[in-house]
This record gives sequence, C-alpha cells and structure tokens, in this order.
Amino acid sequence: MAVQKDEVMSVTSSADIVLVRQIVRKWSVELGFSLIDQTKIVTAASELARNMVDYGGGGKLRLEALSEGIRRGLRLTFEDTGPGIPDIDLALKDGYTTGNGLGLGLSGSKRLMNEFEIYSRVGEGTRIAITKWR
Amino acid sequence: MERIPILQMGEFLLVTIQVDMHDRLAMALQDDLTNRISKTSARGVLIDISSLEIVDSFIGRILGTIATMSQILDAQTVVVGMQPAVAITLVELGLSLPKIRTALNVEKGMELLRASVGRRSKESGNGRAKR
Repeated sequence: MAVQKDEVMSVTSSADIVLVRQIVRKWSVELGFSLIDQTKIVTAASELARNMVDYGGGGKLRLEALSEGIRRGLRLTFEDTGPGIPDIDLALKDGYTTGNGLGLGLSGSKRLMNEFEIYSRVGEGTRIAITKWR
Repeated sequence: MERIPILQMGEFLLVTIQVDMHDRLAMALQDDLTNRISKTSARGVLIDISSLEIVDSFIGRILGTIATMSQILDAQTVVVGMQPAVAITLVELGLSLPKIRTALNVEKGMELLRASVGRRSKESGNGRAKR
C-alpha cells in the first residue's frame, strides 16, 4: 500500500469541523468516490472531528490518498493528546456517551467506513484511523 | 453573529438552510425558532434541508430538539428536501430521526403541515384561542 499524497490540519474549535468537512469532501471528490460514499466519508469525518474537539481537547487530522494495486482509498487519522478512552469497547457501543451527544460518533463512523482502527491510552491521547476504499 | 433567516408565512414559519451549518449556528437556529414560535403563535415549522450535503449526529440531534420543542409550544415541525445520499448515510450512522416528520419537498411539507394543523383545530373545536 502506497501513500500518494498527504496533508495535516489542526482541528481545535467547532469552526474547524466545517473546514474538516470541506477538505474531506474535496479529497473524496478528487479520488473519484461516488456521491453516497463522499457523503458517508464526510459524515464520519465530521463525527470524529467533533469528538476530538469535544472530548480530546482538539488535535490533528491527517489525510492520506492511498493506492493498493488498482484500488484507491482515503485514510483519515484523527489524533489528540487528550484524556484518552478508558474502555474502548464501551465507547464503541451505540448510544454510549460521556457527554451530551447521542453516542453515535464512534460506532456510526465505524459503520460508514471500510476500516476503523482505534488506539487510546488514558492520560496520553487517542488516535483513530478510518479508511474508505473504492 | 451569522444567523439563519426565519420567514413567516401565515401561521407557519419557514427555514431554508443554505449554508454548511457549524455547531453554533445550529444552536442559534434552535433558540431563534423557539422564540419565534412563541412570539408569533406559529402552528407549524417547515425546515428545508435540500442544500445540506451532510447531516451528522449533531445536526440530527438539533433537528430532533427543534421538533420536540416546537411540539411543546403547540407547533408541528416538518423537515423537507433531504438528499438521498444524506438519508442513506443517516440510517447507516444509526440515526433514524424517529421524532421528526419529513416530506420530500417544500410543497408536500406544506400540505402535511396544513393537514395536521387543520385536523387538530377541528378536534379541539375551533382551534387555539386567539391572543
């Protein structure tokens, strides 16, 4: 698997969430994703960006255009240095939230993408990578 | 601060969301709408989201809250014009918006509002007392 192109942006405020949606949309269009897949990717990115701002104290988003054989993909990695997630299995449950959201951010974005990886350590931060292939 | 305009048409309020809503704008819309409902005694709210390219769980929650709040203030809410890709994504995200009434477009949404307001007026005799 090769990374064709990458870019990093910082995500610290709720206004940045709109910028995340715009840049992820642009990359999804460039990679030739269908409208439905674009919508899924942008929605998943919006969920994870908001989680990072609300719970992780802000962080960074890395966008990577991937190629593997003939298939191409988009990987989005959200990384913060916030409090971390003590129980990842619980956090991935539909409807579980420690804030006042609906608790769909993690589980929902996992369903919207093809690959979902989460790494978190209490006191150090959280890294979530999501990938969509076409 | 930027605001989403709310238009009044008879006993209904109309909102067309034409920008990518950031979180504060969505919260402001929620406040503005509830204020306008109580000020104008509106019986229905129609929210056109045909320009929205995504609805994530936050915007979905705001729409649900608006519907619930307006119901408490005796007004019906109908959300119209959701793009098919948005609908597919919402369901996969796990958000089915159970409390929100929807219609395909503005015209059908207005029909729905008129019908439901008319029906409720009949049930309660001659509708809400004039203020």
